[in-house]
Amino acid sequence: MRAARSKRGRMSAIVGVAGELMITAGVLLGLYVVWQLWWTDVEARAVAEEAVQEWTASDDVVQAPSQLGQERTDPPPIPDAVEHGELLGTMHIPRFGPGYQVPIAHGTSPVGVLDQGHIGHYEQTQLPGEVGNFATAAHRQSYGAPYREIEQIVHGDELIVETADAYIVYEVVGDEIVHPSQVEVIAPVPGHPGQVPEKRMITLTTCHPLYSAAQRWITYGEFAYWVDKADGKPAALVDEGGA
Amino acid sequence: MYGALWRLLPGPTWLPVCLLFILAAVAVYACFTWFFPTIAPHMPFNDTTVDAASGRGAVGLGPHTG
Repeated sequence: MRAARSKRGRMSAIVGVAGELMITAGVLLGLYVVWQLWWTDVEARAVAEEAVQEWTASDDVVQAPSQLGQERTDPPPIPDAVEHGELLGTMHIPRFGPGYQVPIAHGTSPVGVLDQGHIGHYEQTQLPGEVGNFATAAHRQSYGAPYREIEQIVHGDELIVETADAYIVYEVVGDEIVHPSQVEVIAPVPGHPGQVPEKRMITLTTCHPLYSAAQRWITYGEFAYWVDKADGKPAALVDEGGA
Repeated sequence: MYGALWRLLPGPTWLPVCLLFILAAVAVYACFTWFFPTIAPHMPFNDTTVDAASGRGAVGLGPHTG
């Protein structure tokens, strides 16, 4: 009788501990979701905003007067190449609302670039304004998600890359959904690796669909004009005021 | 497991309640600042770049990313 009871006691203790472990695992999974979907945004946005402010305030970066600058179509000034993780400039996408300004860093590693809420520049691709393809990547969800609303961008929308001394304005010419292995989308002539580029292109890449990484959403833009920061700002940014 | 932890802690009821609350807060803090950031790169839903590592048979290109 006593032996049976102690046996049952041991069994119930084991089952009890197993149950508690499962509850703990469930709570941890729930916490991970909270962290991934909420806290990474909070952290990365703060880091990215600070990076923009720091960059804007640095001595090498020209402060553009808040007035309409002349639209120029001659070859734009190319920013200096920078080390991995350092800023090439910032991205303005008027479609994402006024005040959208995200730092663009060199490199596409999660740690140090993408997970800091930055847009990453594919290291082997061209610089902003160069003939070829200025290819970028950013998170679609979590970590500040700079490209979350990428599906809202339509043909003709402006993608404005702000460098130290110029606004380089691209106009969206197309988008497509590809397999993650289709690296030809960031070739100097997008989609045609090996061809010699003649145009100045920009490519945005991010996850697709939202909350998945099964595919990639690709948006292409072509150089439209540039504005000297000593002269003013592109029309889309004049109304924003501030930075 | 948690029952044993509860019985182990001394003092009137409010003391273990406070201690366990602090312990839970420390556990959440450790998860948010160390554990989750460590495992996140291995999760399958954080990739945004195009590269060879995410597919088969393509040419090598760039790091694998979120």
